[in-house]
Amino acid sequence: MSDIFEKVKAIVIEQLGVEADEVRMEASFEDLNADSLDIVELVMALEEEFDIEIPDEDAEKIKTIGQAVDYIKQNK
Amino acid sequence: MGVDQPVVLVTGASRGIGRAIALAFAKAGYKVGVNYVGSTEKAQAVVAEIGAMGGQAVLLQGDIASASQVDGLMQQLMTAFGRIDVLVNNAGVTRDNLVMRLKEEDWQTVVDTNLKGAFLCSKAASKVMMKQRYGRIINISSVVGQMGNAGQANYAAAKAGLLGLTKSLARELASRNITVNAVAPGFIQTDMTDKLSDDAVAALTKGIPLNRLGQPEDVAQVVLFLASSAADYITGQTINVDGGMIMA
Repeated sequence: MSDIFEKVKAIVIEQLGVEADEVRMEASFEDLNADSLDIVELVMALEEEFDIEIPDEDAEKIKTIGQAVDYIKQNK
Repeated sequence: MGVDQPVVLVTGASRGIGRAIALAFAKAGYKVGVNYVGSTEKAQAVVAEIGAMGGQAVLLQGDIASASQVDGLMQQLMTAFGRIDVLVNNAGVTRDNLVMRLKEEDWQTVVDTNLKGAFLCSKAASKVMMKQRYGRIINISSVVGQMGNAGQANYAAAKAGLLGLTKSLARELASRNITVNAVAPGFIQTDMTDKLSDDAVAALTKGIPLNRLGQPEDVAQVVLFLASSAADYITGQTINVDGGMIMA
């Protein structure tokens, strides 16, 4: 779990250009100033990193870092 | 763009304007994806011609109105060249008739290839371009999309639709250094216009201030310009290549 979180964190820092301490489980992508295109890109990067496919219907429900980590844990 | 030999994908590149665009890019040093759907021999001839001038090209058969075929040909392009710098949405068909006689399937075929095809190719290419933080998408529209044309409601609607797609996509992708523009050719000498009678051509020419039809190369040079770094600050625009038919 923490392993997945660390990987997600690294991707979020890289994609959104935010500071490491801002990326907490409860932080929403909105809090991190991600616009809709940023989120599309983020989902693409997560799909690549974890070798999974996140359908659009599921991607729309992922609003926070914690939800992304949980989703990856359940679908990996 | 940081690469010696950028990569362009031209849809509908086996003949007419698409062929001229593919050859112009090859001449300018691009690696070229030559997409076609039915004219295998003509498409092969384009690839051979590019090879003969010392360029690189890959043949990409596929119907751009089909999402799965678009994904397939985009994958082939990635396997061959590893990136896509420029997408030229050129593929187009006509099924002319007066609206009152226009069959639903002829409406659908034209909209599917000319408009939906551009959407599907743009969607697939923009995923790669976003990661590259670089891309150029150029849609080949038509003056018919701006002024309408009796007997071509389907074609005109699809070509006008391309202009809306161009502007929306330009806004969506601008922050990722991807520009999206359209070129609107007027009457260009191709198989599509060779079908017209001499009288029809004479009547059309009267409406063209430069008093002649254009050549496919006239369009290709503007597409090449929009793909070049000289056009880095241009996005969401339509450039007419029509001998002055339309002056906005």
